[in-house]
Amino acid sequence: MIWTAVLLASAGCYLLKLAGLSVPQRVLDHPGVRRTAALLPIALLAALVVVQTFAQGQRVVVDARVAGLAAGVVALLLRAPFLVVIAVAAGVAALVRALG
Amino acid sequence: MDWADERRAVLRDALGIGVATGAYALSFGALGTAAGLSVTQTCATSVLMFTGASQYALVGILGAGGSPLAGAATAVLLGARNALYGLRLSQVLGVRGGWRLVAAQLVLDESSAMAVGRASPLGARLGFWATGLAVYLLWNLGTLLGALGAQALPDPRALGLDAAAPAAFLALMAPRLTGREPWLVASAAGLVAMASVPLVPAGVPVLLAALVAVVAGARPSRAARREERRGASAPGRREEARR
Repeated sequence: MIWTAVLLASAGCYLLKLAGLSVPQRVLDHPGVRRTAALLPIALLAALVVVQTFAQGQRVVVDARVAGLAAGVVALLLRAPFLVVIAVAAGVAALVRALG
Repeated sequence: MDWADERRAVLRDALGIGVATGAYALSFGALGTAAGLSVTQTCATSVLMFTGASQYALVGILGAGGSPLAGAATAVLLGARNALYGLRLSQVLGVRGGWRLVAAQLVLDESSAMAVGRASPLGARLGFWATGLAVYLLWNLGTLLGALGAQALPDPRALGLDAAAPAAFLALMAPRLTGREPWLVASAAGLVAMASVPLVPAGVPVLLAALVAVVAGARPSRAARREERRGASAPGRREEARR
């Protein structure tokens, strides 16, 4: 039964990925679709930031991740490169956790 | 930035994301075997499904004693956002035939973000392929090591890796917040996600937040309405300016 779940879910996930890539160009030429496609990453990234910072399963929690993200924001404002932003966020979260 | 510089930057970022997600995969491998999957089943999940949130959801539900079908359904629902990424990516990648079948497996949060975040089309393509392949290799390597090493590994949380992911998403989003509408969409999406976390299963909040972009995209932009009032017919100009 575990194999059934793994294979079914894998097939479903792959088909969804393929479906997204296979939408015909004329659909993409519709202005509403183009605008949605442009705004989509912003909405998804914002939601991923929030969920991965505050969610623990179905609970909203404030833990060391928030301190890490705040440090990442400071690094961003200081125009630090991408990897530095990530390293700073991880380092501060690890530090807060070690001290807490 | 010239192409040599951009290529170096893209490859460096791709490797960095690959290493970070590979470290995450250690925890997935350990979780998988702890949930009752064999090492082979755990590794097959990473090889075949290859989309983190769905994989965590599947083993989480199986480990908590949920039915395999409920686990599979939740995993597929979570994977729906990859279809949305694909919508955006197909314009950027321009892949056909067999390459599209290969590219599809590499569509995920990280590779999509690295592609759509690039200014040049060449950089976007390299960002997708380099990030997708780096994450694929290191994610599967991490899964194998995690499944084999299970208990002996350090907790990724102790290394702060759970804060690395949101920081990466934030860093990818920041350059896109150029104007009032992106800020509004990002804020509304964040609020929708936060508000829905306690109400719906894990992973669904991100899908609900995607609706914000659908609603915002469905109505014509202020610039388009202005152009219409002026009677100016310059289709495509707004899209050019957006890039």
